[in-house]
Amino acid sequence: MDWSVVLPYILSGISVGGQYALIAIGYTMVYGILRLINFAHGDVFMVAGLMMIYFSASMPMYYSIPLMIIFTVLLGYAIERAAYKPLRTAPRMSIMISAIGVSYLLENLALYVTGGLNQNYPGIPWISDSITIGGAVTKRVTIITPILTIVLVVALILLLKHTKFGMAMRAVSRDFDTAQLMGIDIDRVISVTFIIGSFLAAIGSLLYFTNYTGVVPTSGAMPGLKAFVAAVFGGIGSIPGAVVGAFIIGICENLIKGLDSVLMVNGITSQQFGFATFSDAFTFVLLIVILILKPTGLFGEKQTDKV
Amino acid sequence: MTNENVLTLSDITMQFGGVVAVNNLSLDVGQGEIVALIGPNGAGKTTVFNVVTGVYEATNGSVSYKGETILENHPGFKMRKTYGGINADKYTKRIVKTPDVITSLGIARTFQNIRLFKDLSVLENVMIAMHMHLKAGYFSDMLHMNGAEEAKLRQDSIDILEMVGLGNMLEDQASSLPYGQQRRLEIARALATKPSLLLLDEPAAGMNPQETLELSHFIVEIKNHFHLSVLMIEHHMDLVMSIADRIYVLNFGELIASGTPAAVQNNKCVIDAYLGANEDA
Amino acid sequence: MVAKVSNKQGASPKSFQNKLERHDRKTQIVADLIVIVICLAVLFLLDSVLDSSSMIFVVLKKTAVYAVVAVSMNLLNGFTGLFSLGQAGFMLIGAYTYGILMIPSGDRASVYQYFDGGIVKFSLQEVFAGIFGGNAGVGIFFGVLIALILAGVFAALFAFLIGLPVLRLKGDYLAIATLGFAEIIRALFQWNTIGGLTNGSNMLRKFPSFDSIVAGWAAGSPFVAAHIPFFSTLLPMIIAAICISLIVMLIHSSYGRSFKAIRDDEVAAEAMGINLAKHKMLAFCTSSFFAGIGGAMLAMFQTTIQANAFKSSMTYEILLIVVIGGIGSVTGSILGAFLFVAASEWWLRFLDTEMVFADAGTKTGFVIFAVAIVALLAALVIVKNRGKEKKDFRRIAIIAAAVAFIVIAALINYLVSPSMNVPLLRSGFRLVVFSLIIMIIVLFYRRGIMGSRELNWDSVTAFFMKRRNADKEGGEKA
Repeated sequence: MDWSVVLPYILSGISVGGQYALIAIGYTMVYGILRLINFAHGDVFMVAGLMMIYFSASMPMYYSIPLMIIFTVLLGYAIERAAYKPLRTAPRMSIMISAIGVSYLLENLALYVTGGLNQNYPGIPWISDSITIGGAVTKRVTIITPILTIVLVVALILLLKHTKFGMAMRAVSRDFDTAQLMGIDIDRVISVTFIIGSFLAAIGSLLYFTNYTGVVPTSGAMPGLKAFVAAVFGGIGSIPGAVVGAFIIGICENLIKGLDSVLMVNGITSQQFGFATFSDAFTFVLLIVILILKPTGLFGEKQTDKV
Repeated sequence: MTNENVLTLSDITMQFGGVVAVNNLSLDVGQGEIVALIGPNGAGKTTVFNVVTGVYEATNGSVSYKGETILENHPGFKMRKTYGGINADKYTKRIVKTPDVITSLGIARTFQNIRLFKDLSVLENVMIAMHMHLKAGYFSDMLHMNGAEEAKLRQDSIDILEMVGLGNMLEDQASSLPYGQQRRLEIARALATKPSLLLLDEPAAGMNPQETLELSHFIVEIKNHFHLSVLMIEHHMDLVMSIADRIYVLNFGELIASGTPAAVQNNKCVIDAYLGANEDA
Repeated sequence: MVAKVSNKQGASPKSFQNKLERHDRKTQIVADLIVIVICLAVLFLLDSVLDSSSMIFVVLKKTAVYAVVAVSMNLLNGFTGLFSLGQAGFMLIGAYTYGILMIPSGDRASVYQYFDGGIVKFSLQEVFAGIFGGNAGVGIFFGVLIALILAGVFAALFAFLIGLPVLRLKGDYLAIATLGFAEIIRALFQWNTIGGLTNGSNMLRKFPSFDSIVAGWAAGSPFVAAHIPFFSTLLPMIIAAICISLIVMLIHSSYGRSFKAIRDDEVAAEAMGINLAKHKMLAFCTSSFFAGIGGAMLAMFQTTIQANAFKSSMTYEILLIVVIGGIGSVTGSILGAFLFVAASEWWLRFLDTEMVFADAGTKTGFVIFAVAIVALLAALVIVKNRGKEKKDFRRIAIIAAAVAFIVIAALINYLVSPSMNVPLLRSGFRLVVFSLIIMIIVLFYRRGIMGSRELNWDSVTAFFMKRRNADKEGGEKA
């Protein structure tokens, strides 16, 4: 078995898995609190990428990066205030449709501003440098991503477990109404949730677009969808679950992309089966499987309905 | 009492995780009887209804209807351990049914918190309950080729609604009805499924003494008119004592007393747990 | 006595009126026919008056297609309460079924150029033409009819298979599972390994479209040739009318009522004897059947189809149409489809074209006008929120003032610059404005245009009767 062929795929899998994880956390936290699938989250991720391109065109890196992060967070916060808060008492479908509407708006805005042309992401010093691991050439971001992801996730979990505000956030995701009755400021908790989610999405976009350097208005749709599947797979509402799910999806989808070459190089098959087309669909196969076998996800909890 | 009971529960246990909601309950309802199930809130009464109608699968025990076992669960190993050997002799057997099947057998129920189809009209609520009697197939129904059947369905529904006194608000939206009439609509809907056994979950909830009295007459009327047997959960003791043939008393999921209204009224356990002593006595 | 505890109000106006309606069913049918004839006449008039390349015809054709899909989605989401996001997948299956079966055998080699002409070597219209002694017209008629039906059947078949595992999921999980399946189907149809059937990632073309069919009629009839726009718009509208009528009939049947019951309260519906699994599956397959036909109609409209285009964004567009029209209203879905297509393709087109000011005076006038509008809006926002708590009010006022300041500064900057182009107007602006309009509708007009009401003779009569009763009461009071 020639591992050198598999290695680059595993590496890119770990890398993209970490990037999906950062996006997935945003989805799972928002769903845990609002029971909303934030369809716009993937597009916030994409807008962050575009912002970076425009900022870095006229400013040095050490301004562009923080500025991009700040504006992404502001965007997430503004979306929640403008499009989700007014519908908090509306039936669940309304708020989901609002999320779809925001996603549609962001993509069309991006299309308008960029003219639909592929925008090239700037090379960020140091992390986009090439390095060699075990014979495979890749960018440094491939190693940085999983490490940074784990650090951020651990920090977040510590925040949730050991701070008073973190406890408030956990309470709200358990029981929205009772938490309000206990005097927790719901608006603040929700806003902070979106802020954290957008912050992580901004970091994620930094890492992702350093790897896949073309940014188009639809660049956020697929990663967003996959990150969401990761969140469902891991158990919606569970942060460790979302992270585990994201890494699994990232690694598996890259392995599938490489399956053709791996099989051919090792003499197992003699022609291309075109598995790469299915690398995206794989994510959804995984989704279906988990929804059928264990809808609450790997680390999720069962919910009962009182008759 | 007649030869066979309409409904028999044998050793029904319902456990949710660590909480035992109903513990080894056995009861029966005879043909043409009105049996009441009373007890404090949280005693497990609605849970019993949910088991009988197939909403929950009993952790253990069996339900038989008109002599035939319709629901059964006797898990072997696990229950043996949990219950220290009780029912351990029963082999592992499972009969499960979904609520719609139970209804088609002739067991209808109303809900503690009214569950009408709020956005639909009064007439539609009842006609939906008639849907299960539809003989036409999907396609002939879609193409409106079963006009005669549809007309009969409509007329039968109107008849039931007129009987419960809702005959002149057929097109009104169900949620716009006053509370008392909503309760009557719930019962009308249950009657439309053409049951033999009617499970009423707190039918007099929220009613004043006058309305409760009318309801008691009404229940006896429909029982006689439709040849029903009735199992009723109730807190209004005047209603229970006036029309129930027998009463079962539940407390913390366990049966603490059963018998005629007079016997139960004077049972010490029941008084301590629920009824309270008669201060005049 | 049995509770003839009757309502002392007596017969309510509504039930009396409905008895009236039922007696006059024949009148209703006549009235419907009159409306249809009027619509046809209007369409004919439009054809005679307008140029054949006028956007109205394109808009009406596309409306017919989207209306069918929107109503089918409304059946599932609005009437049965099953939130499914898989419409694009079923449209794809329908479109491809139609395309695969209807490409003339002579064109197969060029369409399936990478797959040796593909594995399907016949086309339905040729088969039927052969059966009817070489009559191409009859061949096309039966070919299209059978192809449309098969498009629906295959979509329903896939729906059945997907529904088996998926329909027991609740709410959001059902939505994402159906979304996932739609994506899997899309990947499947692009898979080059089955390209012999589907042409892989290449498009399908050369099958009969609305235009080509009418062109065929025109060849044989000068009347048709003189009114091509009329006929090529009429064809999709007839198909749409048939499909939508069937769905409306379903909604008014006993099964339709049981679907509504499931939407309102699943638990109660089950207690009333409705088998959830069976009924949900019926709704799902029926909705997908018509979505498949909608997909085939889309193929007939677009003249080419490609699996890659049937993304989840297509499903979102249909969902937005349903919401704009009103979840639970068939009339709403039809109106919503028209407004959506007209606005996005036609009315807002001018926003995409770059325009230039005639002279500096016009430009200045425009800027002054814009500044005034912005200031007015900001003032309105501030005044409207005057009643709120001081902290909230301050925050809103600051945001409104800040936004207004930025916009006005940008306008002044523009005024001073040498550019004579009208700001903002360029390619892509149309969709931005369109998306903003949708957000406004979603946020402020949640129930859509029609809410859950329908436009039919009952509601029209009720409207007029209410007016008459109000007048009468007013007269009596005086």
